[in-house]
Amino acid sequence: MKIPTPRGPLSAAVASALRGKDLPALDVGTLRGALGDEDVQLALWMIYQLHYDGFAGADLALEWDAGLIALRRRLEDEVLADLRERTAPVVEGARATDDGPGLAERLFTMVDSFDGAGTSSYLQRRATTEQFAEHLVHRSIYNLRETDPQVFAMPRLPGRAQVAMAELVYDEYGAGRPERRHSLLFADAMEACGLDPTPGAYVDALPATTLAIVNVMNLFALRRDLVAASAGHYGAFEATSSGPSQKASGGAERLGLDPRVRDYLDEHVEADAVHEQLVFRDVCEAVVAADPASEELVLLGAATCLVVEDAAALPVLAAWESGRSSLLAPAVQVAS
Amino acid sequence: MTVRGNDVRVTPCPDGPLLVRGAEEVLDDDGVAHPVTRAVVAVCRCDMSQRMPWCDGTHRASARARINREAKQ
Repeated sequence: MKIPTPRGPLSAAVASALRGKDLPALDVGTLRGALGDEDVQLALWMIYQLHYDGFAGADLALEWDAGLIALRRRLEDEVLADLRERTAPVVEGARATDDGPGLAERLFTMVDSFDGAGTSSYLQRRATTEQFAEHLVHRSIYNLRETDPQVFAMPRLPGRAQVAMAELVYDEYGAGRPERRHSLLFADAMEACGLDPTPGAYVDALPATTLAIVNVMNLFALRRDLVAASAGHYGAFEATSSGPSQKASGGAERLGLDPRVRDYLDEHVEADAVHEQLVFRDVCEAVVAADPASEELVLLGAATCLVVEDAAALPVLAAWESGRSSLLAPAVQVAS
Repeated sequence: MTVRGNDVRVTPCPDGPLLVRGAEEVLDDDGVAHPVTRAVVAVCRCDMSQRMPWCDGTHRASARARINREAKQ
């Protein structure tokens, strides 16, 4: 993919490193609100991309470049500080109590009691075809790589958790049918709406709040010290999928969109009702059984998913309510 | 509801569906066979699913309603 347009000094430094220049000394300083910072989120997204598709013309060895890894760790510290602050009330409400419910029940309650914004009701009842296409563009940052980040966590999970992860991942990758890989179903849905399904094609149009959705997945899955947070995040992600997918599917039907859009969404209604049980009960509980101290990270991960998705949905809804595009650049041309 | 398969294992989820492994098809109460296409399926136990016999997460609506009631008290 091509190197994105920088949004500030940090992403400019990463972009120049991708073009073979030395990474300059950077004074990151103390950032407030790193989760919503355009420069920070784009810089992190580019560094994480080196573990996936990389960039046209960029040296493959940059994946493990010491300067980029050091910058990533520095930016991750800021993101984690912001996450800990924003998730504190959600995590607090889900901590164990004497004789209280078990971990899986507390995680489901955390998700069900979180009062967050989501775009699915808007998609169901009000979205235009153009807004639906914008929704697909936002989700493409992860859905074209569905489950790939979480797979990085698998070797670091305890054995019992790996069994459930393997069942889940088998499903995500098509359950033995290559044409049913979820990432491919999403690419088909994009194509059906006249969108470019190449990973990264729309990155210049995506705000920091959308980039953060996939950046926190990579933050948790790539670092062994945060692997328990990856499990919690994955569970909350799956546990907030069936209902919203059902609503969005209704919206696709209302708009008369190509059946491939509903196919992707309907698959997730059914699959994620299985996956939420597998991750919360079999993965998260096994992680904490193997290391009781990791429970705090499981809760942090789950709360992060809720808070980050809420932060991503709010500006999208605000833009749509006022008749504006939710994208940074008018990147979407919808085929009619 | 009847589950057909050679090595069927059923795990009930508290307040949730049955997780069924090793099934080839699930017969609903009208005798209609639903083929199983994934390694683990979640079979509805609350009868509120819109995709019977499969769970679609609707059982959690009652949990959400209870949480909302408690929040208002």
